[in-house]
Amino acid sequence: MAFEGLADRLQGSIQKIRGKGKVNESDVKEMMREVRLALLEADVNFKVVKNFVKRVSERAVGQEVMKSLTPGQQIIKVVKEELTELMGGEQSQIAVSKRPPTVIMMVGLQGAGKTTTTGKLANLLRKKHNRKPLLVAADIYRPAAIKQLETLGNQLDLPVFSMGDQVSPIDIARQGIEKAKEDHLDYVLIDTAGRLHVDETLMDELKQIKELSSPDEIFLVVDAMTGQDAVNVAQNFDEALGVTGVVLTKLDGDTRGGAALSIRAVTEKPIKFVGMGEKMDALEAFHPERMASRILGMGDMLSLIEKAQTNIDEEKAKEMEKKLRTATFTLDDFLEQLGQVKQMGPLDELIKMIPGANKMKGLDNLQVDGKQLGHVEAIIQSMTNAEKEQPEIINASRRKRIARGSGRTIQEVNRLLKQFEEMKKMMKQMTNMQQKGKKRGGFNFPFMK
Amino acid sequence: MSFFKKLKEKFTHSQDTMTEKFRDGLTKTRDSFTSKMNDLVARYRTVDEEFFEELEELLIQADVGVDTVMELVDELKMEVKRQNIKDTKDIRGVISEKLVDIYQGEHEVDPSLAIQQEGLTVILFVGVNGVGKTTTIGKLAHQLKNDGKKVLLAAGDTFRAGAIEQLEVWGSRAGVDVIKQGEGSDPAAVMFDAVQAAKARQVDVLICDTAGRLQNKVNLMKELEKVKRVIEREVPGAPHEVLLALDATTGQNALTQARMFKEVTNVSGIVLTKLDGTAKGGIVLAIKRELDIPVKFVGLGEKMDDLQPFDAEKYVYGLFADLVDEEPVDMREE
Ligand SMILES: Nc1nc2c(ncn2[C@@H]2O[C@H](COP(=O)(O)OP(=O)(O)OP(=O)(O)O)[C@@H](O)[C@H]2O)c(=O)[nH]1
Ligand SMILES: Nc1nc2c(ncn2[C@@H]2O[C@H](COP(=O)(O)OP(=O)(O)OP(=O)(O)O)[C@@H](O)[C@H]2O)c(=O)[nH]1
Ligand SMILES: [Mg+2]
Ligand SMILES: [Mg+2]
Repeated sequence: MAFEGLADRLQGSIQKIRGKGKVNESDVKEMMREVRLALLEADVNFKVVKNFVKRVSERAVGQEVMKSLTPGQQIIKVVKEELTELMGGEQSQIAVSKRPPTVIMMVGLQGAGKTTTTGKLANLLRKKHNRKPLLVAADIYRPAAIKQLETLGNQLDLPVFSMGDQVSPIDIARQGIEKAKEDHLDYVLIDTAGRLHVDETLMDELKQIKELSSPDEIFLVVDAMTGQDAVNVAQNFDEALGVTGVVLTKLDGDTRGGAALSIRAVTEKPIKFVGMGEKMDALEAFHPERMASRILGMGDMLSLIEKAQTNIDEEKAKEMEKKLRTATFTLDDFLEQLGQVKQMGPLDELIKMIPGANKMKGLDNLQVDGKQLGHVEAIIQSMTNAEKEQPEIINASRRKRIARGSGRTIQEVNRLLKQFEEMKKMMKQMTNMQQKGKKRGGFNFPFMK
Repeated sequence: MSFFKKLKEKFTHSQDTMTEKFRDGLTKTRDSFTSKMNDLVARYRTVDEEFFEELEELLIQADVGVDTVMELVDELKMEVKRQNIKDTKDIRGVISEKLVDIYQGEHEVDPSLAIQQEGLTVILFVGVNGVGKTTTIGKLAHQLKNDGKKVLLAAGDTFRAGAIEQLEVWGSRAGVDVIKQGEGSDPAAVMFDAVQAAKARQVDVLICDTAGRLQNKVNLMKELEKVKRVIEREVPGAPHEVLLALDATTGQNALTQARMFKEVTNVSGIVLTKLDGTAKGGIVLAIKRELDIPVKFVGLGEKMDDLQPFDAEKYVYGLFADLVDEEPVDMREE
């Protein structure tokens, strides 16, 4: 694994603490060092990290962690809580002007994803909010930028206003808004050219567009892969224009996305949406908690840890761990795990977060939703104890019986058994990774400590 | 002559416009980086723990990979001990030397392109979305054409809206032809066409654009593999260069990008784009160190001639130039 998540990073410290029974201040300090590195590796700005670590340290030393029997998990919990709080609440609403059209300006660095997001937002406005948007092509600099927006408009069957690349973006914006009024369209989305936050001339141009169009929203579009510079970019754009929200793009990649935290910390502006792909429907509301987990390199596993913490008592966790190591994990255990997964969202999403999982055959189709889980439950409950413990013995006639008993098809029974096998394999692989003597394991399952 | 003097010499003696441009492009980068470096050095008269801590932050801020920074700082600590350095003034040279060291390893890196003396050279561009592949192709086509090469472009991004048109604009700016098919067509088929056309027209250099793709998209990476295979099959020894475009603004993920693209397409060099901004692109040090992929060009703007060959010494020197030129002010003196 390229970068270690916080849990991996803390393994070493936890190992040391174990057996000692108690945690002292220097243990906390050591753990904080790992927290710092984990955040830096996630591209959180170093200044933001500094402040953050200070805050968490205070809480940690202030009993919460030191008293805990599971200091590692406790620290992760504290970190995550603080992180989630910093990230703000969920705010994916879009302004509505009392005097239509509502004007939205899209701004940001080159290649951040403004034009694509303009299309996605228009699509969202129409689909979810039943609005009639107009796309305005105000990027006269980038080759074929207008064509790009027109093509997207075409795909979406939405109107695009353009005046070629010989007219100033300011005029284009002005006339675009006029056009929307004429045609009784209620949203105007202005796609502006990418620019450097230190390019005074071009930043000035944005100010002028803002001046004349009095936008109801100014969305700063930021690439989720941005490094330390994210703070400068966000700060400059915000100071120049007063952005109203942030869209974080390309989050379908495998970046940790620490920029999200940096941007929040310096601008205190909400991250409203995230881009999850190149297609026009790949725009989602921002989930602070998910983002916090992601930055810590745990994906949704972190939530699972919490779930496991609240649902499984220590004894049981140990038992599970042992079962995994000795490969005696049964279908009953599987069922129990699924029950927890169910509350965490689709398993396929979860599995995507596991490094290398996309290369494992069979896992890519592994899907669990609420209804399906009910079916799985029914199937497993129709098995005899012997079958649950040793699924190998489930032959064709047993499959038929189980299918009948659970009211599901044989195919479904087959699929479940296959999925279970895959999951077992995956766990074995992860257990191996952990035992391979590397001082830090590659991956933590909720019931592993 | 000390390593550092040599650097300085090299820098001041190369009067060509390239150097000037590079320097200009790096000015912002250097200003903030080195003014901080200056601050740092000025604030600390002695080399101690605190000094190293701040140095570490400075490098992290430049997006030099976290591991690389930690290692560098450790090495510096050892060096300081070994040479018995006490004064911060004396450590600047060591820092710079170590950075260039990390980049170059044992031997100097040659950033030039593997342009074939005879016959067709094929250059394939790869990278994640929006990093500057298409723009760099336009710039490179212009440069090669100026060098007297016959250049052809292949519009291998058939996916993104307006991508083909964008490359066509660059083609006409540079005065070179573009081989294309319709939007949505198979990129491997476009490459096949382009290679045939390049052969038929006796082109010197064929530069192939591809759609931006995130490195964790298995299917898209497979598609890229296929594109490369077509080129390999049609032109023995090709592609002669596989250039990965990296956005200097990108943080640690650039390392993963380099790793995955290398795995799939055997990347031969990096183009570090958007270095005209305030980001430093320091992650290329980590990439060189861990994956041994050298930077071949840097992008310094959106215009046709905003592409410069990469020079490791200049790059590192650029970050430290002011330190050498000016004596740091000791701010502790009242
Ligand atoms: N995978 C992925 N790609 C994205 C996302 N958003 C945008 N892109 C891609 O990123 C690239 C750049 O997107 P654009 O919309 O052209 O970016 P822009 O900010 O308008 O660029 P300029 O106008 O040149 O400044 C394109 O290849 C898009 O398809 C996203 O959420 N996920
Ligand atoms: N400031 C600056 N902008 C650049 C540089 N190189 C490219 N750009 C800009 O970055 C944006 C994206 O560039 P493209 O060439 O379209 O990037 P790409 O990698 O081909 O993008 P996709 O094909 O969508 O993946 C455009 O607005 C370019 O003008 C550079 O060196 N400096
Ligand atoms: Mg655009
Ligand atoms: Mg392109």
